[in-house]
Amino acid sequence: MTIKQRRKILNLFWYIVLLIGSLICLLPLYWLIRSSLMDMGQIFTMPPIWIPNPVCWGNYKDALTILPFHKYFLNTIFITTFNVIGTLITSSLCAFGFSRINWKGRNVLFTCVISSMMLPYAVTLIPTFIGWQKLGAYGTYLPLMVPAWFGGGAFNIFLLRQFFMSIPKDLDEATIVDGGGYFRIWSQIILPLSRPALIVVGLFTFLNNWNDFMAPLIYLDNERNYTLALGLQLFKGMYNAQWHLMMAASTVVLLPALAIFVIGQRYFIEGIALTGMKS
Amino acid sequence: MATAVTTKKDYKIHRYQIEKRQQIWGVIFTLPVSLGFMIFTLGPMLASFVFSLTNYRVAAAHNSFVGLENYIRLFSGKDPLFYKSLRVTFTYALMSVPLNLTFAFGLAMLMNRDFKGKAIFRSIYYLPTIVPVVATSLIWTWLLDPDLGLINTILRQLNLPTSKFIYQESTVLPSLALMNLWTCGGTMVIFLAGLQDVPRVMYEAAEIDGSNWFHKLIYITLPMMSSTIFFNLVMGIINGLQTFTQSFIMTQGGPNNGSLFFVYYLYREAFELQEMGKACAIAWVLFIIIFALTMLVFRTSRSWVYYEGER
Repeated sequence: MTIKQRRKILNLFWYIVLLIGSLICLLPLYWLIRSSLMDMGQIFTMPPIWIPNPVCWGNYKDALTILPFHKYFLNTIFITTFNVIGTLITSSLCAFGFSRINWKGRNVLFTCVISSMMLPYAVTLIPTFIGWQKLGAYGTYLPLMVPAWFGGGAFNIFLLRQFFMSIPKDLDEATIVDGGGYFRIWSQIILPLSRPALIVVGLFTFLNNWNDFMAPLIYLDNERNYTLALGLQLFKGMYNAQWHLMMAASTVVLLPALAIFVIGQRYFIEGIALTGMKS
Repeated sequence: MATAVTTKKDYKIHRYQIEKRQQIWGVIFTLPVSLGFMIFTLGPMLASFVFSLTNYRVAAAHNSFVGLENYIRLFSGKDPLFYKSLRVTFTYALMSVPLNLTFAFGLAMLMNRDFKGKAIFRSIYYLPTIVPVVATSLIWTWLLDPDLGLINTILRQLNLPTSKFIYQESTVLPSLALMNLWTCGGTMVIFLAGLQDVPRVMYEAAEIDGSNWFHKLIYITLPMMSSTIFFNLVMGIINGLQTFTQSFIMTQGGPNNGSLFFVYYLYREAFELQEMGKACAIAWVLFIIIFALTMLVFRTSRSWVYYEGER
């Protein structure tokens, strides 16, 4: 066997390993969808059936009408949209201040913000909760939405700052010569040039809010105000052994996140790669 | 001559004005995060420490200062759950973090070649990380079901011993670590980006010198990747020690508190038992543990992390 042949066989071997790995990765998701389309009888059949027959679309109708999932869906959309907008505006403003304006105290503040990424959320959880409670905001969406408008998270600021720093400064000077201020530079030069980075931030913020569990869990008390993640947990408590309905509900919660991922795939991979670059 | 002096003076004034303007606008632009940092990070952090020195309860009429009593009671072992949850959390982190990093790194190595469908593979491996944790937990509760779950069914058909997985104290943490492995694609993508930055020339030079794959891994890949490995290690530890949602949904901390993670313990004390003071003390213990571990990793990193172009 020549070296070339050996290399070819080795490459094929690793390719098959990757292929099997990716199938294992997809299997839980396939099993989720399979189970969501079966009736009780099919689910309990041993050995298990791989393809549902007949396909029970009715599970989705049942699962979605038992609890007001359409309401949860709207609640989640509302919170998520509001937070994505807040994060995009305030994190880009802050990143601009950290990257394109020279001022005293900039580095100190930036270091503080970055080190807050390593702070366990549990430390600030309880006083923040007590604070909101004292303000009478317990049970409202305020605790879930207001923080997004205060910089939108250290990671997003960091990511945008890195991106802004790569844009040539000549453009800023040209605007200043024309009599424009910093807000104009921010809105008319930096933001339009940073579309890919802003999309990354928007996508991650969407997913984080869509998937958030702890904050809604501690701040929301009325079932009508629940988010999807919380509704799903409630559903689990009520229909513990009805796997077909639980899988149908899970699929519904998963689908929007999945759609966002498929649409923004390229940006996700690029964005997550940026995370590890400068550590 | 006179005009030259004036222009110089004018220039100085002009510069001063620019600097002043920059100072003002710099503060204004970063105002959201500086306020946010004070309101949502620094303030609560200090408040949390103060609360941890009191017996604060939400419903109580008055709360009093108790000094270090909360801490003393925690460490004295009067509440056996404190040490138990510490043990659970560390056992889990020690299993799941190395497992995750190794798998992610191995996958990234395999992916770091030219082959057809690379982008599709990458997306597939990344996919599980975008599934909401609540949904992930439900899917895996179903897969790990002792009687009807897919995994035990496969084991049974292969005539292998089955397991009770999350319903038995000795297997609950390994089961959760296994489930966590499903989401190693996020770490893998970071590793992959790092691998792509390793200069090819290095491998070519090593090949000319007659190195095999193992030499290349030990002498080129690992040293060149050390800062990425370091980053993932720190983040892995920080996240692993704060696991909460999975056990809240799948096991409610059981069986026999076998998956009572530290944050879950804190959650119970704070939001089910209303022991806010004690919960803050628990939070500070976690904070100090994470801080100490991070510092330890940072300290030792000087000897094993290689930063390009440094020193």
